[in-house]
Amino acid sequence: MKTVQSVGLVGSLRLAGSLLFACALVPAPALRAQEADQATQIQQLQQQLRTLRETFEETLRQQREQIEALQKKIDALQSKTPDSATSSPPVTTPPPATAASPPAESGPPKVARETQETKPAWSPTSPIALLGGQRSYLNISFDALFAAGSSTADDIPHLQLGGHDPVQRGFTAQNLETVFEGYVDPYFRGQASLVGHIAPDGDFHFEAEEAYLETIALPANLQVKAGQFLTEFGRINPTHPHTWSFVDVPLVAGRFLGAEGLRNPGARVSWIVPTPFYSELFFTVQNSQGDTAYSFRGSGHSHDDHEGNLIFGRERIERETEHLGDMLFAPRYAVSFDLTENQTVLLGASAAFGPNNSGPDTDTQIFGMDFLWKWKSPRHHGGFPFVAWQTEVMARRFEAGAFTLDENGDGLPEVDLPRETLWDYGLYSQLTWGFKRGWVAGLRGDWVSGERGAFYPDPDRDTRWRISPNLTWFPTEFSKLRLQYNYDDRENIGVDHSVWLQFEFMLGAHAAHKF
Amino acid sequence: MKTKSLFYSIALVVGLPLASHAKLNVVTTTPDFAAVAKAVGGDRVEVTALAKPTEDPHFVDAKPSLILKLNKADVLIEGGAELEIGWLPALLQGVRNPRIAIGAPGRVRASEAVELVEVPATLDRSQGDMHAMGNPHFMTDPVNAVLVAKRIADAFCKLDSASAEVYRSNLMKFESAVDSKLAEWEKLLAPFKGQHVVAYHNSWPYFARRFGLQIDLFLEPKPGLPPTPAHLADVMARMKETGARVIIVQPYLNRHTAESVARNTGAVVVDVAGFPGGVKGTEEDYVKYMDHLVTSLANALGQSVGKKP
Repeated sequence: MKTVQSVGLVGSLRLAGSLLFACALVPAPALRAQEADQATQIQQLQQQLRTLRETFEETLRQQREQIEALQKKIDALQSKTPDSATSSPPVTTPPPATAASPPAESGPPKVARETQETKPAWSPTSPIALLGGQRSYLNISFDALFAAGSSTADDIPHLQLGGHDPVQRGFTAQNLETVFEGYVDPYFRGQASLVGHIAPDGDFHFEAEEAYLETIALPANLQVKAGQFLTEFGRINPTHPHTWSFVDVPLVAGRFLGAEGLRNPGARVSWIVPTPFYSELFFTVQNSQGDTAYSFRGSGHSHDDHEGNLIFGRERIERETEHLGDMLFAPRYAVSFDLTENQTVLLGASAAFGPNNSGPDTDTQIFGMDFLWKWKSPRHHGGFPFVAWQTEVMARRFEAGAFTLDENGDGLPEVDLPRETLWDYGLYSQLTWGFKRGWVAGLRGDWVSGERGAFYPDPDRDTRWRISPNLTWFPTEFSKLRLQYNYDDRENIGVDHSVWLQFEFMLGAHAAHKF
Repeated sequence: MKTKSLFYSIALVVGLPLASHAKLNVVTTTPDFAAVAKAVGGDRVEVTALAKPTEDPHFVDAKPSLILKLNKADVLIEGGAELEIGWLPALLQGVRNPRIAIGAPGRVRASEAVELVEVPATLDRSQGDMHAMGNPHFMTDPVNAVLVAKRIADAFCKLDSASAEVYRSNLMKFESAVDSKLAEWEKLLAPFKGQHVVAYHNSWPYFARRFGLQIDLFLEPKPGLPPTPAHLADVMARMKETGARVIIVQPYLNRHTAESVARNTGAVVVDVAGFPGGVKGTEEDYVKYMDHLVTSLANALGQSVGKKP
């Protein structure tokens, strides 16, 4: 039996081999030989054309760079000799050397002509045109997010919990983000988001919000992400403000995960679980210190203000990373189903565990559940119409250390807080309706609350709720204009009204939108 | 023994699975590639299209279920000319499937098989949403469909050599079906050579070039922008000037705009689809799809001739 089988196997292998030969070497029967010949000829010619074009474009690019460099030199020299600056004739761009010998096709010669006639030394769009799409190693895009508006609150920076929320009357530069993205080599993809915002005092804050690599060729459905990145927790935290449907961060995310979101240097492994539906397991290990780890060994106050280095009435202490248990661990499991052709549900459960620095041996656990339901018309145009409903629920268990403060030294401390466990809860639920091409109406409800602790009142833990209706207009997918009203009700503070108008523009490589 | 080692070395060089009798799992971005893949692959392949034939192919949701489909695919057939740029890269980032990685034999970029037209000389989004590599709607020219079919057949042969004969003969069948139909289609549209036709979006340059039509009036003022009254007035004036009396509308587009323009100009609105399956009865069949496209357009053009104001 065995021999028969192996003979059969060898036979089929041979057959496969000869067929392979037929396929690879003799592509068509004799009848079609001529045709195939023609086809290969055409292919070869096309290949030649393509190579020529590529060389041409490469030369063009190099020349343009040279021209720009020379122009810069000229400019620099001219600025040193003020006389010539006013009377300098416009420098005519020499035609590229290869312009005489491009392939006689419609595309490239046109490029050459354009360059010759109209190309200035530099224009805002040109570097982007060269650094994007499939003709470049690196995709670059820039996104600017601004807001203008006002609020009845006296303490707007406390009202708005996000580091990139509008925080003052008048204008706020919320988020100026440059993204670099591309394949590093056959094993990794790299991405970096460099983000700046302008604080109310006018200072420009610049940060490497994210910079990470991601494997693209691991076996067994595994993927590793490593570097500095937003923790895979829920729906809002791993995303950037310009992808949000509202002007500001949800209260629960701002309170539990911090103004800048939960993010730190670390590594994440994820695995697509072999289930018949989509389901993915994520496991993240990151540092647990710094001002991007607010509920952990963070620094500063949630609003980044002058109240000192306090959390829930306690002073944050110096707490080093001593062992593995001092890291931040964040598991997540997400599943998704298509209910119908046009309706999708995505469910996730996340957690984050790590030490906090309100005491020498205190820990924090945050749990979250998220839910997204989306309907999109089977005949949508530009993505409209659609309806999406997203909800996140979170709970935080915070072991707060004992803290006493006796400033005047009379033996009677002004502050005397016991060691206690503080539970906080919160959720937001938002409905967005793309009712017409380019137009989205949104409604979000926020609620956060905490079990009363020894430190009370505490605006960082007191009950608060907020209702936010808004209307967004996307002239194109590269710009948007959004008007939002917030009705806020804060325990021990009262009701406040805010109106924000947000606007955004995007330049450069076309971004792909995650679900 | 010698033949055996020869065989192994060939297999190694070409990098083939030695014996795969399971069906090739083919995923395509849009339904036109799916129809062609089905024609070439026959019953040796399982074909899934990620985009629905009725939806706007520029704005497909990167749903997690699509990640799973791509994760299990042996072959991915994409246009590759930025039609899918808003959603395919987001999907591929998490797909972790080396069979369809760029450069793998299972990754087919259809646009590489054809010559793209309307490659923009400069990239400037004040001109609307541009496709840097050229117009990506190339499958409406049947000759391009055959070129793409050849590319797909090559990929299938490489990945499943045991069925190579089947793929080759299916390709022959597809080619001759398209060829014989092409003559018919050309004849049907020949009387309308040079006529202007109105469309919503510039999705038809390849089709127009093949059949000698001028589909050069668009209801949207610039690619990706919604129609404005001023622009529509301009289009209507130009329709009168050029004698254009047919407006073609895809399933996902607002028919009201086209209808009101038609009312004002005495034109006919024709429902066509950009993809097989976009109009009932054309599911998964490229020839049927083209047949519907050509005949409904020819009918409308014929109708409009008798309707001169």
